[in-house]
Amino acid sequence: MENLINDVLLGLLMITGFAIVRMKSLLGVTMLTSIYSLLSASLFVVLDAVDVALTEAAIGAGIATVLMVATVALTTDEEKVPRHTPLLPLLVVMATGAALIYGTLDMPHHGDPLAPAHRYVADSYLHDSPVEIGVPNVVTSVLASYRGYDTLGEVTVIFTAAAGVLALLGYRTRGRNIEAAGIRKQVVLRVIAKLFFPLILLFALYVQFHGDYGPGGGFQAGVIFATGFILYALAFGLGTAQRLIPSQLLRILAAAGVLIYAAVGLESMLLGGKFLEYRVLADDPIAGQHLGILLIELGVGITVASVMLIIYYGFVSRRH
Amino acid sequence: MSELLGHYNYWIVIVLMMTGFYIVIARPNLIKKVIGLFIFQTSVFIFFISIAKVEGGTAPIIEEGISVYSNPLPHVLILTAIVVGLATTALGLALVVRIREAYGTINEDDIHVQDEER
Repeated sequence: MENLINDVLLGLLMITGFAIVRMKSLLGVTMLTSIYSLLSASLFVVLDAVDVALTEAAIGAGIATVLMVATVALTTDEEKVPRHTPLLPLLVVMATGAALIYGTLDMPHHGDPLAPAHRYVADSYLHDSPVEIGVPNVVTSVLASYRGYDTLGEVTVIFTAAAGVLALLGYRTRGRNIEAAGIRKQVVLRVIAKLFFPLILLFALYVQFHGDYGPGGGFQAGVIFATGFILYALAFGLGTAQRLIPSQLLRILAAAGVLIYAAVGLESMLLGGKFLEYRVLADDPIAGQHLGILLIELGVGITVASVMLIIYYGFVSRRH
Repeated sequence: MSELLGHYNYWIVIVLMMTGFYIVIARPNLIKKVIGLFIFQTSVFIFFISIAKVEGGTAPIIEEGISVYSNPLPHVLILTAIVVGLATTALGLALVVRIREAYGTINEDDIHVQDEER
């Protein structure tokens, strides 16, 4: 049954992919991309990657779609017919695809428990994590503790991307209340948005602080938190949202999250451990790991949420 | 039969990847190109998560009475890659917006024509 769902979802993904190639309306393509993301999120659940599925659903189907729609609104909806014949690109794609498929023939089968990918570190993470870290969700313990350096780097990349978007699109600290006249009349939309807003934030907090025990963590929580505010901004206008959470505050928060993360690393150095070695943070090593993970996940959550909102504000406050 | 279907996931991933690749090289529209990259990127995510799957395993959240888990490491890599991927996509879209403001078009062919005229 699981395999059947897997195969059907992959088939649907392929159909959506071809539809994206053929469709000329960019707004339609954006909607199809959203469907594509939602389908891949469902596929991730089937493939046991629940944490990844949460992230993909919130990011791909949520925020990425909003950003693409904003870009289409700022540019144009029609795609011109290309001047060149598609023969050469088609040939290149076919040749590359054939070479890649030839390459897969040597790979272990899908789901093979003896595949090299599942030996060595992966095995030791699964065995040692409950003893060394004491956190049931191994994805969280690998993300926040074993590979803490990596994650710090990635949070910094996200922060840099926000700086890049700010540099490109500028920043309007006191945006006019940009609001399509149509949405004011959409009573159902506004009421539902108002009802959902606190629930989404509550869910984000749950995902943030329950990430040690179930699927979740700073990345997912940050994104879900941001979608709550984006929904609010969509229904009530950018100005209202900016009164709730001003742009200047977001800029400080985005930096603060990265700083919290790095500060935890420095603190563990000051206490005699290595950079990001959480077990020295408390008397008991396990308690230290818990404290360290909680703090850095908080830093990640704050940065991710504010970066997503900064990017959203940047796109939406831009006018033609 | 299972010999043939053992790589099914990987082959579909390659088809998706090539779909994205085709959009990037064949379509002159810049938004479409960014979407092509997005599809390409998602196909790589599916590839990693497919590798992580262990037959009969479950999500890597340690629980009494369960002994087979899927591999958590690719999950971690892809989880962060998704967020970073959105950040870079946003940067790409911001560039598209600026290009539109500078050239008045987001069609690559038209942009080349304008560049040559200068």
